[in-house]
Amino acid sequence: MVVDCPETEAELAERIAAAAGPLAINGGGTQGVTVDGNPVSTRAMAGLELYEPGALTMVARAGTPVVEIADALARENQQLAFEPRDLRGLTGTSGEPTIGGVFATNTSGPRRVQAGAARDFLLGIRFVDGAGQVAKNGGRVMKNVTGYDLVKLMAGAHGTLGVLTEVSFKVLPKPECTGVVRIVGLADDRAVAAMSRALGSPYDVTGAAHLMGGADGAAVTLIRVEGFAESVRYRAGELQKRLSEYGESTVETDAELAAAAWKRVRDVEPFHDRLGAVWRISVKPTDAPAVLARLQPDGAVLDWGGGLIWALVPDGRDVRAAMNGIAGHATLIRGTGFPRFQPEPGPVAALSAGLRAQFDPRGILNPGLMG
Amino acid sequence: MEMPTPDPAVLSKKAQLIDRLLTVLPEDAVIHDVMETRVYECDALTAYKCPPLLAVLPATTQEVSDVLKICHDMSVPVVPRGSGTSLAGGALPTADSVILGVARMNAVLETDYENRVIRVQSGRTNLSVSGAVEEEDFFYAPDPSSQLACAIAGNIAMNSGGAHCLKYGVTTNNLLGVTMVLMDGTVVEIGGAHLDSAGLDLLGVVCGSEGQLGVVTEATLRILHKPEGARPVLMGFKSNEVAGACVSDIIKSGILPVAIEFMDRPCIRACEAFAGAGYPDCEALLIVEVEGSEAEIASQLSKITDIARRHDPVELREAQDAEEAARIWLGRKSAFGAMGQINDYMCLDGTIPVSSLPFVLRRIGELSKQFGIAVGNVFHAGDGNMHPLILFDANKPGDLETCEAFGAEVLKLCVEAGGCLTGEHGVGVEKRDLMMHQYTETDLAAQVAVKDVFDPNWLLNPAKVFPLAITETRRAPPVAAE
Repeated sequence: MVVDCPETEAELAERIAAAAGPLAINGGGTQGVTVDGNPVSTRAMAGLELYEPGALTMVARAGTPVVEIADALARENQQLAFEPRDLRGLTGTSGEPTIGGVFATNTSGPRRVQAGAARDFLLGIRFVDGAGQVAKNGGRVMKNVTGYDLVKLMAGAHGTLGVLTEVSFKVLPKPECTGVVRIVGLADDRAVAAMSRALGSPYDVTGAAHLMGGADGAAVTLIRVEGFAESVRYRAGELQKRLSEYGESTVETDAELAAAAWKRVRDVEPFHDRLGAVWRISVKPTDAPAVLARLQPDGAVLDWGGGLIWALVPDGRDVRAAMNGIAGHATLIRGTGFPRFQPEPGPVAALSAGLRAQFDPRGILNPGLMG
Repeated sequence: MEMPTPDPAVLSKKAQLIDRLLTVLPEDAVIHDVMETRVYECDALTAYKCPPLLAVLPATTQEVSDVLKICHDMSVPVVPRGSGTSLAGGALPTADSVILGVARMNAVLETDYENRVIRVQSGRTNLSVSGAVEEEDFFYAPDPSSQLACAIAGNIAMNSGGAHCLKYGVTTNNLLGVTMVLMDGTVVEIGGAHLDSAGLDLLGVVCGSEGQLGVVTEATLRILHKPEGARPVLMGFKSNEVAGACVSDIIKSGILPVAIEFMDRPCIRACEAFAGAGYPDCEALLIVEVEGSEAEIASQLSKITDIARRHDPVELREAQDAEEAARIWLGRKSAFGAMGQINDYMCLDGTIPVSSLPFVLRRIGELSKQFGIAVGNVFHAGDGNMHPLILFDANKPGDLETCEAFGAEVLKLCVEAGGCLTGEHGVGVEKRDLMMHQYTETDLAAQVAVKDVFDPNWLLNPAKVFPLAITETRRAPPVAAE
């Protein structure tokens, strides 16, 4: 099907206002989402509008490729601190991830535990709602409580309340150095306990992940600290002491090796070449071992200290039923047989449905995707 | 400042309303004596006062639900109230409204160090949340200046910030879940101890909705381990421009201090006269605080002072011990008291891009001359969150009005510079009528649409945030009988 790629916000607004039926909204189309409707992409609305390194802020049109943003930031030694995941390898897609897509899906990587999620960095938006009206919310300053925070509401709404056309966001300096404390062979519950110990320390841990052991190797637990070199050395050393009861640990400070290890976690690389359904499960960290015990997955990557579980299970396995009684939720990222998003309890679902009816009265923006 | 005319139909139902409320609340939780309701006539924006019809102090989520159901049935507006420390009039009642205070709900429900969360009832004060986890050296990060008194409920309603949010974020970045009661009495659970939402981020829009979407009765908050230590450095500069450039250079260098505070000359002088903290007599002063181990602090401070030296400082004072650190903070922390000593003041909190600091400060100085009103500036410079303290004499006829007109010009200036009307205090009634300077009618319609979903009859804190003209047709219309 031909993808409609409006080049301006005004053009997009016209297209949406004139739409006779459902629209499948996307950026680069890398999330593996399928929705019935005429495909509309924001990718032709691209380019940086403003970048002030001294104010840690950038404004970009929604279709700007993430790689272009990362390059511009790298030239000033800055970065997107929430570490957006690149899900192409996992979803088998080949598009170019866009900054609008990242924020519309609130895609946040390992540093979420310390720095916050994509939604925490989003300062302002412009969007077109389901009636074709253009509105803005927030701005480009770090603190803003002027009226309701629709910025957060739109972040993670997957285009169902409106299509983002411009985003302004906070960026942060790139750390000078990274240190990774690595422990091999921990069982899931011990790994979560070790990660909790690290995250509950004063050492400003910016990543805590556990790659479950299995046929292709032993389990590996990774704890990350970042900053100036001497500080990283000090904190990694203190963490080693604090984690000594969990067995021997090593510290990796080679920049490339450390980056590769965290990219593997961020992009869930262990599942790239493996068959099966992939679920993204969000729970409180100490519930992670119980979830894994119930699911008996073929593979698991625990991020966010155990608060985020990427589980590889046979297609058709009902992960939500297995989680019954454990607070949290599961999203089907790759696979069939279930809605992508976990249905919400009645009163919350009613509010969400009410919001969709207000922002998209004809129900044409990614209909059915979120309920 | 205009508030809607009280609905006579509601006023005439007072006795009936009291009777019904007493079926769900104990007698001491329904305050209806005219003298006693005066306690709730204003919040920290004391320029405006109006006793409510009555006040209720429920002790449980169920009681909150029961109260709201009754008010919903009887079409009585409800104004939720935390500790009443709003600087924006967020808890200002109307004569036909019920104040719903959450002060009796202040328990800690669960402390979970392994998952780094605490669950509290929303009437608990901000500082006592940190107090509850202090024994394990944990803390709750957002730290508004009113933290001794302000309630978590109000923090959530206003998405409160504080001096240390440059590193730790504001309330919305530290809030994981709430139990909230809708105006019709429905209890909803949003979020929890996990880090993200299953569907739409309702928590994100509830936080900062100024008590207009629901009454939050419980909250799950992120707690953090305290840093090993913290220490400030004080720097004085010859001009606001130079101090502004220094802030920008520090941020660009890759160091992320926990706080960068800025004071201008009028404020420095007032603080010095009041607190005698030993501040240098200069145009602009920065206090920069960093955290970590002793060695980490020393290394970060040396990087920061190196940067400062390139800006030809008139003073550079690194705290050598806890006492000196306290002295550096003393003046800053007494800034509001110091200005209050001189006269009554109005505190605004417009936020601007850090790059516009020198321009905005210059313009504020010009406006101060034009209006003939003194102003001192003290603010969170790292994130551009201004706090102009505008002095006026409440006993002098017309002075408050002049002060407000001056304040409005300052806030418009913030918007023109690429910023916003309020960075952490909220809109309330104070900035309500300026909203059209920042947003178009379509922008505001999108926000109003959210309230239509959560509170279709517009009974919760209805006369706040949006210009009255925009919400007039939505707010409960007077009963036809009048």
